[in-house]
Amino acid sequence: MSGAGLDLNVVWFALVGVLFTGYAVLDGFDLGVGALHLFTRTDEERRVMINTIGPVWDGNEVWLVTGGGALFAAFPNVYATVFSGFYLALVLLLLALIFRAVAIEFRSKQPMRWWRQMWDFGFSAGSLAACLLLGVAIGNIAWGIPIDARGEFAGTFWGLLHPYALLLGVTAVAVFMTHGALYALMKTEGALHDKLRRWSKRCFILLAVCSVAATLATLFCVPHLAARARANPWLFGLVLVNLLAIANIRREVQRGRDGRAFLSSSIGIMALMGLFALGMFPNLLWSHPDPAHNLTIYNAASSPRTLGIMLTIAAIGMPLVLAYTAFIYWIFRGKVRLDRASY
Amino acid sequence: MDVLLLSRIQFALTTSFHYLFPPLSIGLGLLLVIIEAVWLKTRNPLYHQMARFWTRVFALTFAIGVATGLVLEFEFGTNWATYSRFVGDVFGSPLAAEGIFAFFLESGFLAVLLFGWDRVSPRLHFFSTCMVCLGAHFSAVWIVVANSWMQTPAGFHIVGEGLRARAEITDFWQMVFNPSAVDRLSHVLCGAWQAGAFLVVSVSAWYLLKKRHTEFARASLRIGLLTGLAASLLQLATGHSSAAGVARNQPAKLAAFEGLYDTMPRAPLTLFGWVDERAEVVRGGVAIPGLLSILSYGDIHHPVQGLREFKPEDRPPVNLSFQFYHIMVGVGVGMIALAGLGCWYFWRGSLPGQRWLLWLLTLSVLGPLLANQTGWFAAEVGRQPWLVYGLLRTSDGLSAVVRANTVLTSILLFSAVYLLLFAVFVYLLHSKIQHGPDAADLTPAGKLARPPRAN
Repeated sequence: MSGAGLDLNVVWFALVGVLFTGYAVLDGFDLGVGALHLFTRTDEERRVMINTIGPVWDGNEVWLVTGGGALFAAFPNVYATVFSGFYLALVLLLLALIFRAVAIEFRSKQPMRWWRQMWDFGFSAGSLAACLLLGVAIGNIAWGIPIDARGEFAGTFWGLLHPYALLLGVTAVAVFMTHGALYALMKTEGALHDKLRRWSKRCFILLAVCSVAATLATLFCVPHLAARARANPWLFGLVLVNLLAIANIRREVQRGRDGRAFLSSSIGIMALMGLFALGMFPNLLWSHPDPAHNLTIYNAASSPRTLGIMLTIAAIGMPLVLAYTAFIYWIFRGKVRLDRASY
Repeated sequence: MDVLLLSRIQFALTTSFHYLFPPLSIGLGLLLVIIEAVWLKTRNPLYHQMARFWTRVFALTFAIGVATGLVLEFEFGTNWATYSRFVGDVFGSPLAAEGIFAFFLESGFLAVLLFGWDRVSPRLHFFSTCMVCLGAHFSAVWIVVANSWMQTPAGFHIVGEGLRARAEITDFWQMVFNPSAVDRLSHVLCGAWQAGAFLVVSVSAWYLLKKRHTEFARASLRIGLLTGLAASLLQLATGHSSAAGVARNQPAKLAAFEGLYDTMPRAPLTLFGWVDERAEVVRGGVAIPGLLSILSYGDIHHPVQGLREFKPEDRPPVNLSFQFYHIMVGVGVGMIALAGLGCWYFWRGSLPGQRWLLWLLTLSVLGPLLANQTGWFAAEVGRQPWLVYGLLRTSDGLSAVVRANTVLTSILLFSAVYLLLFAVFVYLLHSKIQHGPDAADLTPAGKLARPPRAN
């Protein structure tokens, strides 16, 4: 399996994790801004909200596309099982993402009130639905899904909507709404800024409740993850990091340090994704009720040669991606100013 | 209806709707690079106005292209899970490479292209425009590589047996440069350049017809017509080498394109006709004897394989492939004539008087769109009954767990949403065209306000 003492399957588990974590941290805030969008009232406020994410949302979404492509290439069996199994849920997620994407582009193109309200609704509802569905998906993968001996999904669409998955769905909404509020806080000023400060505090309360509930539910109701944590007590360190990062959000917002609050929120999300990954490893899909059918980084993977080729592609591509992502964020740094080119 | 038919309908529907937009973005991307280069060189504010106007049109096509493209990244998994398991080891890496090398580049610099006019220097803006254009081209590269591998698989071997069998990569570069990849890529890119160029031609010709924004229209028309003519002529060459490649690599497909049943030397090229698949003849057709042998092999005596060489279950739907292919070729030839006529009258200075031609040019963007669509229909229908040519049948690639009514539900959802998107796209494009270029863009402000270069 290993080329130079390097287990490629483990490396690709980590890299796919990095791509999806990048997606959660980056697209997370623009989904969150979308979910909060309808709380703003005037057209000017709504334009500012959209323009906080205007130049970056498209690039953020590429993390999901690339994550999907990497999953296909590195672990085709997981790609095939998850997406054929979660068929309707995925179609709904795609439609939600389509609606919010075109709404951002279309809204500003006409001045009519009904026109703008229609796309405001599309943007916000699409973003909210995407947060919820992503959370439900993570919830199902953590909980385990029925997998048969061929490695195929053996459940139903309605079977995906169990209480734990729904709890994680709501948690994802809370995480991304908070994250979005904090991002928008950094990018705005004046009355909207003050409003966002109030909203971020309310989001924070929802986030705190959800985080505690989700942590407890995971420890008491998801045996395989709880067993992993008991066997590796240091994982509780990561839980602590997550909870401290979340608590720190409130502290930084209180002190008016918006950038640090956003950073805390990002660290919280990374810790959460890290916990999820370490809890699952080396499994990619936990088969519930029969763990004999788990899809792991070994039985679901592509050949070592493909994993090696992909690693070369990633090693060339990812530094470039990070470089120009940083460059774009740097160019569009600072508070949003509306100009003729804005949405 | 069964899952197979529904899944094929769904894939055809979502892919062809998506593919209305990327060719326009790729082609417009190239024109934006040209226009902005001319602006930087001449500092003529007219070109700044053009760059701004066409960027707004570009943004519209790009947004729908991205939104509908997202579906395709996941559709292999949803509807074609068995296929995904079978080819993931080979087919996944170009898809991932497309994300890493193309989409990030494109979407990152798009931000500067759209919103950076007043924030960065004109040179940096031009650089960003080039990167967006490059990213769009890269994405064509990787997706055509992936699709070409399905047409002419190479650089792999089959591991395992029965249900566990799958293709594993042996040589990455052989996979990338599979026998049809280069021909098909150049063919696809020319088609995209044509789409972008003729979109510009269409809108500009409309302005000339209506005698609005005439200076803007003439400058746009010059660039559009030249690019359109060059791409259309080049398309003849890439089309020819693609077809010759099909003759070598996928003989059943070529036979279907031409409605050729008997293997023969001096094989005829059928110009048009209707294939009676039951009687295995072409009805009402006009054919040029020997030309197919010449075009395919450069030798009139070289035999061309006919469909009777293949078992009926290994033949593609003949008449459908035939008609799509012939529409594409016909439109392609028509575009050369139209671009040639347009250039001829334009440089004689008498184009504004030729209203019939201006009308034709106004409609000209439909040509490349139609040819791009029917070309892909011909390529994909002609590949049948194979999903991966000679390796995996389409009927064997389906998802095992997906039911017909689920697929039907998703088709209905996608159709409704796409119809809405298309209506909105047409409406917005129409209102942008009606609004026309912005007079304010003739006086670049902010960082762009440079004094005209002293000569």
